Amino acid sequence: MIRLIHRIPDALRRVLVLFVVVIGIALLVRMLLPAELKDSGIHVKTTIEHEMAKPVKYAGSDACTDCHEEAKLKKEGYHKNLSCETCHGAAKDHAENPTETKPTLPRMREFCSGCHIYNPSRPSGFPQIVPAAHNPLKPCVECHNPHDPRPPKTPAECSACHAGIARTKALSPHVQLECTVCHSAPQGHKLSPRVVRASIPAERAFCGKCHAKDVGAKDAPKVDMLTHGEKYLCWQCHYPHMPEVQ
Amino acid sequence: MNPLTEKLFELLKQVTGYIYPNEIEVHWGILVVVYPYLTGLVAGAFILASLVKVFNVKEVQPAYRLALLTALAFLLIAPLPLLLHLGHPERSFEIFISPNFTSAMAMFGFVYAWYLMVVLLLEIWFTYRKDLIIWAQGETGAMRFIHRALALFSTDISERAVEFDKKMVKGITIIGIPSAFLLHGYVGFIFGSIKANPWWSSVLMPIVFLFSAIVSGIALVIFLYMVITPLRGEKIEVRCLDKMASFLFYAVIVDFSLELLDFIHRLYESEESIRILSDLVMNKLFVSLGVIQVLLGMLLPLAVMVSIRLFKLQEELRKLLYFVSVILIQLGIFATRWNVVIGGQMFSKSFRGLTTFKMDLLGLEGFVMALILLSLPFITLAILIKLLPPWDKVVKSFSDGSAQ
Amino acid sequence: MERRRFLSKFISIAASGTVLSGFFKRTFARSPDYDPKGHYYGMGIQIDKCIGCGKCVEACKAENDVPKEPFFFRTWIERYVIKRDGEVTVQNIDPRIEQSKEVFSEGDILRSFFVPKLCNQCEKPPCVQVCPVGATFKTEDGVILVDDDRCIGCRYCIQACPYGARYLHPEKETADKCTFCYHRITKGMLPACVEVCPTQARIFGDVKSNASPLGRFKRMNKLHVLKPSLNTEPKVSYSGLDGEVR
Repeated sequence: MIRLIHRIPDALRRVLVLFVVVIGIALLVRMLLPAELKDSGIHVKTTIEHEMAKPVKYAGSDACTDCHEEAKLKKEGYHKNLSCETCHGAAKDHAENPTETKPTLPRMREFCSGCHIYNPSRPSGFPQIVPAAHNPLKPCVECHNPHDPRPPKTPAECSACHAGIARTKALSPHVQLECTVCHSAPQGHKLSPRVVRASIPAERAFCGKCHAKDVGAKDAPKVDMLTHGEKYLCWQCHYPHMPEVQ
Repeated sequence: MNPLTEKLFELLKQVTGYIYPNEIEVHWGILVVVYPYLTGLVAGAFILASLVKVFNVKEVQPAYRLALLTALAFLLIAPLPLLLHLGHPERSFEIFISPNFTSAMAMFGFVYAWYLMVVLLLEIWFTYRKDLIIWAQGETGAMRFIHRALALFSTDISERAVEFDKKMVKGITIIGIPSAFLLHGYVGFIFGSIKANPWWSSVLMPIVFLFSAIVSGIALVIFLYMVITPLRGEKIEVRCLDKMASFLFYAVIVDFSLELLDFIHRLYESEESIRILSDLVMNKLFVSLGVIQVLLGMLLPLAVMVSIRLFKLQEELRKLLYFVSVILIQLGIFATRWNVVIGGQMFSKSFRGLTTFKMDLLGLEGFVMALILLSLPFITLAILIKLLPPWDKVVKSFSDGSAQ
Repeated sequence: MERRRFLSKFISIAASGTVLSGFFKRTFARSPDYDPKGHYYGMGIQIDKCIGCGKCVEACKAENDVPKEPFFFRTWIERYVIKRDGEVTVQNIDPRIEQSKEVFSEGDILRSFFVPKLCNQCEKPPCVQVCPVGATFKTEDGVILVDDDRCIGCRYCIQACPYGARYLHPEKETADKCTFCYHRITKGMLPACVEVCPTQARIFGDVKSNASPLGRFKRMNKLHVLKPSLNTEPKVSYSGLDGEVR
């Protein structure tokens, strides 16, 4: 063994010794380091513990129903799927210490319009209003109970709920037509819109009343109902609230 | 409001189109531009030195040791910008003690250690060993000790031992070339392997990085040779210069072809990202890519070098043109790094918008810091040259007996 | 009402020593009852239910101490407006910015919708792959977490995330991202964003469980994930996702 080492040229031997020393020190330092620095299993465990121990701020709906009767009442209205904390804010502190901290009680119009202001990107069935036209300056809670936000009285205008459609129609050639020309809305629809639905036209002949070649209104564009897109219903191509005339 | 958010509010106004909200901040700033630039110089300078050894290019012998020392000086500084840009530099040791083996970046420590310890230091040591011993014999005091310690207190300068040194140098060089390729190819891989970023994600990235590294490294050694030799009161050997310039010329041609290939390939495949990338190139990177990197940093030096070869120009004019070309090339390669690193973060991964990079003047990630980091390797090199003069009389008789 | 007063009194007596309640909280948080093996979490998002109110963004920021400035988000809402001429405009909905500043005229809009975004908790997460020190990892129950004490702040993971879901926390100088509210879900609660969503656009649950809202969501819808070509295999899936969304 020793003879073998001696057969290595002197220069190389010196380099090798240096390498062994450097690598040895590196390994020694590594060995001396505490396990928390090296073991990734420990990191994972402590991180998970750390993450799980973070404080909860939103208590969750179940926490509210324990004490609040109104929360049960909410179970039937349109807001039944809303979490209490959607409007009242994070309430874990309140749930743990009900007398000391109180959740927020938003009453401004701006708060409700955060969800209910008309926005063309919102899904069309979602109730939206144009605040400037919808009882301006009156707080929403004066007419609507947020825990059961049914309209207090029959809205006079369809646009109270269907603002999107109303705005679209306002720019279209059908602007002069009342909603009731094409839809009949039973009284019940105005109170429970999802249960009682408004009617919609069912056949081509309905549009033909104005748009057929030889009958109908004077200034409406005319087509030959027999040849014009015969197998389709009119609204499969034209959007009645914004019929493209070109 | 803290300065960061203040800056981000300012940047918010300059965003065009849509970017993901977390994307406003350009996370890898000027320091991460400096890092691949420095490693590129290392790899390039080393490959030049290796070419000399492996192919026994007599003409470039005068620059051989200078190239090695340059590589070492830049390699010592290269990790510094990386370290400084970390949010928690004090934790950087984790890369060594608990590396994540699927991370290209974690391999940095290993590639770096391999290259520094096994390749560069060894090659320099075996190259200088005999000289260190001879120098130490003629010296006293601290310098004598330093040189003896650097020689690891070896004293054997017999024919056989010196012959063995030469053999070792040759052997290390052969390992060294692929290692240099690895060092910079790996830096390219850090970017090229990010599939989320179409500007980076390309198989060509490591190869483009490598050849631009070779270009910048050779250009740097030419520059240093042309500056230092007159300072020492010696004459620049035009033969040496011509040879290095011809290496540079071929490297630029390969680099240019690769980058052109990358460009044409992207344009031809014309994937989803092509629109935002063209926007990026035409707006945000027009000057740094179109003008500085391609026109000034590549086409102009290429034209100069072609004309030097076509028309047999006078020596003095040739020197001047070489000097101008290598400076332009340095500028161009720095712009290349800029365009990769900064350019890759200026477009949104939603492919719908661009953000802006605003460099601070001062501060840890500022312009002044970048300048300091870029000048540090030169200071290191000056110290190394002091310790290990690459042009002593002994050197010449050792490396190229027929020159004198 | 009687019950409520009684309860609040009872709680205040029971928790009179905050030390006690602190102790209680801590033991609960580190509850050994939670077994990650039994879970594998995912989320479903129904595009046509999102109304872009931004309650989820607010709740996320509050629950997880995400910096308030609009450059740091664990979850955010994008608004897409696709115009008739094919132009696509995307905005990040900031709940604090007045939404009524409308820049589109309805007549120009072809279609429009909101898209909630968050960390996709990828099955093959590129962020985990690139982290040099293994500070970010996937838990047994399928959530990607970040170890604040190990992250070196190199930001490689931010570069590697195709979804822009990560940011560098400006105070901690470490990477931060959505954890599905790991501290909540391990206690059987919903993530804060899911808890407060007024329209149930977000559905959270176990991807293995069939008899759950998430199971039903997966049965009833045609699903899609973001950037499937990158093969990250997100565990957040979308119904009604438009091709323009990236």
